Amino acid sequence: MAMANVDKGELMEQVKQQVAVANAQELLTQMTQKCFKKCVNKPGTSLDSSEQKCISMCMDRFMDSWNLISRTYGQRLRREQSKF
Amino acid sequence: MSDFDVSGNDKELQEFLMIEKEKAQVNAQIHEFNEICWEKCIGKPSTKLDHATETCLSNCVDRFIDTSLLITQRFAQMLQKRGGGDL
Repeated sequence: MAMANVDKGELMEQVKQQVAVANAQELLTQMTQKCFKKCVNKPGTSLDSSEQKCISMCMDRFMDSWNLISRTYGQRLRREQSKF
Repeated sequence: MSDFDVSGNDKELQEFLMIEKEKAQVNAQIHEFNEICWEKCIGKPSTKLDHATETCLSNCVDRFIDTSLLITQRFAQMLQKRGGGDL
């Protein structure tokens, strides 16, 4: 029985980790696409300093946007749930 | 408790997996909203999100959900009217 409990706990941790990793991967994929689109308009032979600065700001704004949307969605879900 | 059919017999594990699945679905939905609303609301990235942009993002989420609900409703009505046979 003790053995089964350890396996279950590990399994639960692994699942949580996999969910977190998948979330992070999606975030990075989106962020890369959006910020490339916004910041690199004429691809040159390297990223110049203004492009790098833009990408850095873009990453921060992307996270701000994600957090705001996450909050708004949560609020909307709770509003809809309270109707029942 | 058998070694292999853990989730079948284990209520706690089943519930846990269901909750994690729901959490993952919520995450996926947020990514989708962020992708769509970023295009609609964000111009040139600057040092912070200004108030107008924040309002736009927030409205975008609610209006997208309203759109989805409206389409679901109307589509159900369409099916009723047509008798659903053709589909």
